[in-house]
Amino acid sequence: MDGIILQILNGLDKGSAYALIALGLTLIFGTLGVVNFAHGALFMIGAFCAVFVQRLLNLSFETVDPGKTDFLGNPSMVKTPYIESWFGHDIGSAIIDWSVPLAVLFSIPVMILIGFVMERGLIKHFYKREHADQILVTFGLAIVLQEVIKAFYGANPIQTPAPEALSGIATLADGIVYPVWRIVYFCFATVIIGGVFAFLRFTTFGMVVRAGMEDRETVGLLGINIDRRFTIMFGIAAAVAGMAGVMYGPINAPNYHMGMDFLVLSFVVVVVGGMGSLPGAVAAGFLLGILESFASTTWATTTIPGINQIIIYLVAIIILLTRPRGLLGKKGVME
Amino acid sequence: MGILEVKGVNKRFGGLQALSDVNLSVRENSVHAIIGPNGAGKSTLLNCLVGKLIPDTGSVMFDGQSVLGRKPHEINQMGISRVFQTPEIFGDLTVMENMMIPCFASRDGAFRMHAIEHMLDDKEIVERAEKMLEDMRMADKRHMHSASMSRGDKRRLEIGMCLAQEPKLLLLDEPTAGMARADTNNTIDLLKQISDERDITIAIIEHDMHVVFSLANRITVLAQGTPLVEDDPENIKGNPKVREAYLGETA
Amino acid sequence: MFGLNKKDSALLLLVAILTMMAPFILNPFPTDSGLAQFNAGYPDLMQRFVIFGIFAIGFNILFGLTGYLSFGHAAFLGVGSYSAVWMFKLLSMNILPAVILSVIIAGLFALVIGYVSLRRSGIYFSILTLAFAQMSFALAYSVLTPITNGETGLQLNLDDARILDPVNDSGSLPVTSLFGLEMRSSFDLAVGPWDFTFSVGYYVCAIFLLLAFYLAIRIFRSPFGMMLRAIKSNQQRLNYTGLNPRPYTLAAFVISGMYAGLAGGLLASMDPLAGAERMQWTASGEVVLMTILGGVGTLIGPVLGAGLIKYFENIFSKINDTVLHGWFSFLPDGIEDFLVTIIHPFVGKGWHLTLGIIFMLVVTFLPGGLVEGGQRIARLFRGKKTKDGADGAKTEPAE
Repeated sequence: MDGIILQILNGLDKGSAYALIALGLTLIFGTLGVVNFAHGALFMIGAFCAVFVQRLLNLSFETVDPGKTDFLGNPSMVKTPYIESWFGHDIGSAIIDWSVPLAVLFSIPVMILIGFVMERGLIKHFYKREHADQILVTFGLAIVLQEVIKAFYGANPIQTPAPEALSGIATLADGIVYPVWRIVYFCFATVIIGGVFAFLRFTTFGMVVRAGMEDRETVGLLGINIDRRFTIMFGIAAAVAGMAGVMYGPINAPNYHMGMDFLVLSFVVVVVGGMGSLPGAVAAGFLLGILESFASTTWATTTIPGINQIIIYLVAIIILLTRPRGLLGKKGVME
Repeated sequence: MGILEVKGVNKRFGGLQALSDVNLSVRENSVHAIIGPNGAGKSTLLNCLVGKLIPDTGSVMFDGQSVLGRKPHEINQMGISRVFQTPEIFGDLTVMENMMIPCFASRDGAFRMHAIEHMLDDKEIVERAEKMLEDMRMADKRHMHSASMSRGDKRRLEIGMCLAQEPKLLLLDEPTAGMARADTNNTIDLLKQISDERDITIAIIEHDMHVVFSLANRITVLAQGTPLVEDDPENIKGNPKVREAYLGETA
Repeated sequence: MFGLNKKDSALLLLVAILTMMAPFILNPFPTDSGLAQFNAGYPDLMQRFVIFGIFAIGFNILFGLTGYLSFGHAAFLGVGSYSAVWMFKLLSMNILPAVILSVIIAGLFALVIGYVSLRRSGIYFSILTLAFAQMSFALAYSVLTPITNGETGLQLNLDDARILDPVNDSGSLPVTSLFGLEMRSSFDLAVGPWDFTFSVGYYVCAIFLLLAFYLAIRIFRSPFGMMLRAIKSNQQRLNYTGLNPRPYTLAAFVISGMYAGLAGGLLASMDPLAGAERMQWTASGEVVLMTILGGVGTLIGPVLGAGLIKYFENIFSKINDTVLHGWFSFLPDGIEDFLVTIIHPFVGKGWHLTLGIIFMLVVTFLPGGLVEGGQRIARLFRGKKTKDGADGAKTEPAE
């Protein structure tokens, strides 16, 4: 029993990441009708927002510490981050410690801006072109974005640790210990997903967007400017992917190709959930995350060797062949 | 016994009874028009005939065989060709290539690999396609990119492609919808000529009464998913039920 | 010529001349000149040009003709490589049986994957092929280690059976050959300051490329090719014309899988090892890039695209800061440094960035790839304004 709970928990953090990326992919597909292969790159850029903020906060100046000498007898240099000199040591180091959560705040405007630029500058021109063209151009964009990040931050993963207070291990019940940050990540994902759904359900803006997802033409005839709202949705989807990336940093050190790694799986998730269905994307994200976690247990891998490597693809193939529209897909979407 | 026999067909979409107890008999070598107001179920019925939809109950017999459960290409191979409301042609191909494809389909069946020889080396197919293009008076356009033709020409090409298969039954779905008067009259003349010169049955779904009464020698009136009457054109004109359901509405 | 019309014969002849003269064409710079690093005429790279050319020609038969975008074609290349290496291990170092087996196995593999994936179309098809390829990759890395040798990759051993070959007591690994003609043997020709290398391996690959190209022309011009284009153009009409699209697309899928298998087999024949990374989805993405860059749906486009990308990968990536400084040394120091800083991210290790940008530009503005670009330039020179009207409608710019 404990084992089962532990596996479910293990699946939740990866599932959360899948769900968040798939949610953004589906929002973009449902509103703009665009298949965005660059969405994984947005997740990756989010993660590098955390790296950027961390480096920014750690900018230091050097002073000579008269009290200490190094082993050659020279006076040793001490690095003091500016932030500590401005706010005092205690507050300053706390801010540095909490750089990842702070980066979430930083990432929101940045990601929304990137989203706007992407949509207005590139994606807009592809609304009327074939899906294959959309896939291809966003695939090209993904390569470009990933190479730009590589040019700035190099090819090696960069650690972005969680705040000290949240990086320990929690004992949830007898025998179930679990890293705190993963719980934080899951809660964070739940809040974001809930926020997006609430936004779509309870605001006028969201209602128009949902109506537009159902029937773009009719809503357009009502004299409502759908395109502008859809641009904003693109920004929101980018922000969701970005935040998911920031918070994922402590679980997996950001590297420039993490976006592609997640994108392939997230696309599978979207297709399993049903192209264009938001609840489907979220449900499939968690479902596949948990399935993957169960498939990674020793019991599973000894019974069917390699099952942990292929489970997601296997499920996707079976679902696509038996339920062509995915778990919760609607009729008439991409057939 | 007609070439196409529809008996007791029902089709439901959720809460909407699109077709209820439809019976229809199309006689061989006739021009049979199916008319009715919008939402009468004309298109649903047509889709049931070509395999795009499967009726919930009832039977559809063509030439003595049931078409139900067969795929569109299988039904086509039985001898039913369909002309769409907006011309469906191979827009990326030339006019000649468009015409060769149905020739291959009627000679070689649903699938056959000819992957090595040049397509123009197949003299039999080339001759058939060229003959058909001449019949359709399109021979001068054979090298044209078919997407760049006028709508009237696309319609003509589509009809020619269907005829190239030498079907027993030609189904037309509002073939003159959205056409200018001159194009409409050309299409009527073309269909008349086809019906006179060829050994073929034509079933036509149409909105335009001018087209219906110039062509049809048998008419079925459909309203709210049920056939009201099936009769000769002169009787349909005077039928009060039809007037009420359809003609009255437009008058 | 060979049952082709004049235009196609000319195209085939052009490709034949280009491939046969490649050692000259690709080595235009004297060996001791500063531009020698742009010479691509060394056997290793030339082999890759033609092998990936074959891969892209095959991919284009599927994507270019039917419009079905497969994101998993590298799996067939990988399977081809594994099959070939097993042939070298078990049967003989002769490349012919190895290549034949590669094509057959890749074809069978494509039949299975295609049968399942082609039940769906559009993006679902792309995702299904991607899923299958990633599965194959993951399995090759883990469970199938007895067949694939996992992360290390499948290699030759001294104690392999090689039942047809004479006993090898030289103590070194045997080399691949074609009836005794060793793939790695080559012959150098020095003309003044130029140096040209003619390698047996390259010419064997080039002959396979010509065969593959010739077959592709025949397929493009055949009724079968026309049906495939009809599938891309209007599947609904095809259905209502009594034709069943599925066996046609499946045949195209299997043929293109066999081309990929041939490419994989040749890769292993030139260098007898096979690793799982050849099957990864990035490798599948690469062949997509090649085909689009060169010109999807055209005959010669994929070959050009493959050449371009492999040239980038091997030559462009070697331009480092020292080289850049060398080029701009005639300029004043400040400007020199400035230019080097500007160009630096786009060359050397950053060549992927340039590739991505070019790819995006091509998809956006030049959907017909290099071939369309060439045609546009040719038209510009000929000054034939009259034709623009008809063609302009086809290649409409985005919005």
